[in-house]
Amino acid sequence: MAYVSLADQDHQADHHDPTTFITKYIWSQDHKVIAIQYSITALFVGLVALVLSGMMRLQLGFPDSFSFITPIDYYQFITMHGMIMVIFLLTALFLGGFGNYLIPLMIGSRDMVFPFLNMLSFWVYFVSVIVLLASFFVPGGATGAGWTLYPPQAILPGTPGHEWGILLMLGALALFIVAFTMGGLNYVTTILQARTRGMTLMRMPLTLWGIFMATVLGLLAFPALFVSAIMMILDKTAGTSFFMPAIMSMGEVLDYEGGSPILFQHLFWFFGHPEVYIVALPAFGLVSDLLSTHARKSIFGYRMMVWAILAIGGLSFIVWAHHMYVSGMNPYFGFFFATTTLIIAVPTAIKVYNWVLTLWQGNIRMTVPMLFAIGFIFTFTHGGLTGIFLGNVVVDLPLSDTYFVVAHFHMVMGVSPIMVVFGSIYHWYPKVTGKMFNETLGKWHFWITFLGTYAIYLPMHYLGFLGVPRRYYSMGDTEFMPESAFILNQSITISALIVGAAQLIFLYNIIISLKKGKDSGPNPWQATTLEWHTPDTPPKHGNWGRDLPVVHRWAYDYSVPGCRDDFIPQNMAPEDVPMESDAETRSPDGGTAA
Amino acid sequence: MTITLVLLGIIMATLIGWLLRQTLNTQPWDAFDPAENQPGRGVIMAPPSKIGLVAFIAVATSLFALFLSAYMMRMRLGDWRPLTEPDLLWWNTAVLVLASFAFQLAQRASTKDKIRTVKIGLLAGGVCTVLFLLGQLIAWQQLNASGYLLAGNPANAFFYILTALHGLHLLGGMWVWGRTTTRVLRGANVESVRLSVELCTLYWHFLLLLWIGLFGFLLST
Repeated sequence: MAYVSLADQDHQADHHDPTTFITKYIWSQDHKVIAIQYSITALFVGLVALVLSGMMRLQLGFPDSFSFITPIDYYQFITMHGMIMVIFLLTALFLGGFGNYLIPLMIGSRDMVFPFLNMLSFWVYFVSVIVLLASFFVPGGATGAGWTLYPPQAILPGTPGHEWGILLMLGALALFIVAFTMGGLNYVTTILQARTRGMTLMRMPLTLWGIFMATVLGLLAFPALFVSAIMMILDKTAGTSFFMPAIMSMGEVLDYEGGSPILFQHLFWFFGHPEVYIVALPAFGLVSDLLSTHARKSIFGYRMMVWAILAIGGLSFIVWAHHMYVSGMNPYFGFFFATTTLIIAVPTAIKVYNWVLTLWQGNIRMTVPMLFAIGFIFTFTHGGLTGIFLGNVVVDLPLSDTYFVVAHFHMVMGVSPIMVVFGSIYHWYPKVTGKMFNETLGKWHFWITFLGTYAIYLPMHYLGFLGVPRRYYSMGDTEFMPESAFILNQSITISALIVGAAQLIFLYNIIISLKKGKDSGPNPWQATTLEWHTPDTPPKHGNWGRDLPVVHRWAYDYSVPGCRDDFIPQNMAPEDVPMESDAETRSPDGGTAA
Repeated sequence: MTITLVLLGIIMATLIGWLLRQTLNTQPWDAFDPAENQPGRGVIMAPPSKIGLVAFIAVATSLFALFLSAYMMRMRLGDWRPLTEPDLLWWNTAVLVLASFAFQLAQRASTKDKIRTVKIGLLAGGVCTVLFLLGQLIAWQQLNASGYLLAGNPANAFFYILTALHGLHLLGGMWVWGRTTTRVLRGANVESVRLSVELCTLYWHFLLLLWIGLFGFLLST
């Protein structure tokens, strides 16, 4: 029996609407509800991590002033802040949140292909978050091993949380990976198999390309973290010596012998570097769509953008050891990884040029999402350029343990993705809720966040050049640090607190607008992609009413010459496109029709 | 990491090949005629659950490849003392081959609507798998009895982890097998279980291949 594609099997009658409160909002299998569950959970833990960073900054800016922040607390805050932000906020929000919401809507399908697995994915993620947060409350508290969890110190006395904290951390990560794998199999299969008629791969919005490739990277790279987590749990609980060398601790010779801490670093970074792109690629995709929509212009070099995403995805697997230059590696090894690191800058630079060229002579609308998208171009270029410094072995060695690295990775994978997160939340908020947010508050939020992050991270580069070490609880009296460094630290702390507090504007805005916001209508940004052309706003269960949409064009038909409107929806047939005048015969779909 | 990179390279190349065979090389502006009534162009003509399973197999491949990479890196260090694999593993391997064979039988029968053979194949496959898992447990006991303890040497630890993970993957498969077999025993018709049987067969073949690879690797080191 020949297989019939999903788009052709479609029967709306098969999609039973959930009826009870529990099946609708708690054990929901609807991708939109799951997306919102994922997003709220992720934003909640993100807030926890934000508060932790505020505490760290208090200590760094005003050492000896806050007796309730001990060195133990400080290391726990560092560790939890890093791990939460990278994995439990950004990865979960981009793929579980935006991926879940946008994939079925943008490809024109009714839901994910495995809705039950999707629900399971969220709940396992939810449990992993609870396990992670529970580690604050166990004896010894959360682990303070640093987000990289390097052995041997991660599981030895002297490190905070070396008894329970580290085990809960590893357990939470293992659960997260299980949850991600269930979700990831769904995203990949849905994009491959459930696209509606006419939605060829090269007509997909770049958002989907970014999410697709990031998911593939996640599926293949997260196992490395899983492997290292299992091996470290065994080293800790069963006394194996995978990572643990012969070692003395607190004057006692331990039973370990012969293990290799460097082995852990290889495994960790084999996951850790692709992880950067698991976060960055969805951001690249989303920001491309924001820029194109709000500049009323087709994305510049669409196919090159797609190939760049694929190339970055492939290359991201062969650069991991640039995180390990200071581990004492063979110089030829370092040379190889410096070279691959610089090569990956090429497709990345192509993307940056294309974003800028998309803005070139566009009809730019300075909406809140657009401000964040443009802000992203600044912060990402900035963080990317310092990455080229650090990708070179000779420059990395002196800078590796300084604030320069903190500044670099916060610019490139902290601030930049968060800019896209905010831009995208503002952009799709009207679709998710049917309401418009408050523009003025949104602009305040943007300017404080954007300028504030520069006030935080630019001075850190300077601190790094001075040689101020990262990871330290307190600098004490050191000769090489001038007075200005301490003043800078205070100013950074004040900026960080202001930026942190400004996020309340965002929360207030999205909560109050649910009630007080104006009705947004189905397509407030006059965008082309399918999710703006659902029969209902917010879309109902099953998304599309009776019939699935049919796609006639790519996602970027903005300002097509001769057409009456400056956008043509993807699902509008060529003969239906309103033209400026009847005399105009130019085809709206780029010249294929006569 | 070489082994991981080679396998990931193959997975990535397959993915790009897949995308190219679909519509990656179709330009965005290429005309599409809905009157032709084509399905979403470039969709692979296979049920989503099969694509999902193939993707999961890729994930499992990555997981085991990374373990083998870690194994090879750890092996080079001085304290590595290889263990002698018990002979029982050869018998276990034979039983797992039989399980795969039985699933293949069930799958062939399911395409020809022979529900009796499907039943026999599924039951035989399940029994062989249980025997394999029991055999692995006995092999563990033998190793333990001859002093190859988990914490004794990383070679032992890797052996236990790899066999345990492989066994867990089989147990996961047994869950789907249990649901399918129950349906068959309750008199479901062939059509309704054909896909499940096919997917079980694919998964068991993969796990057999994986086991043979692992076993060969363990023997040779």
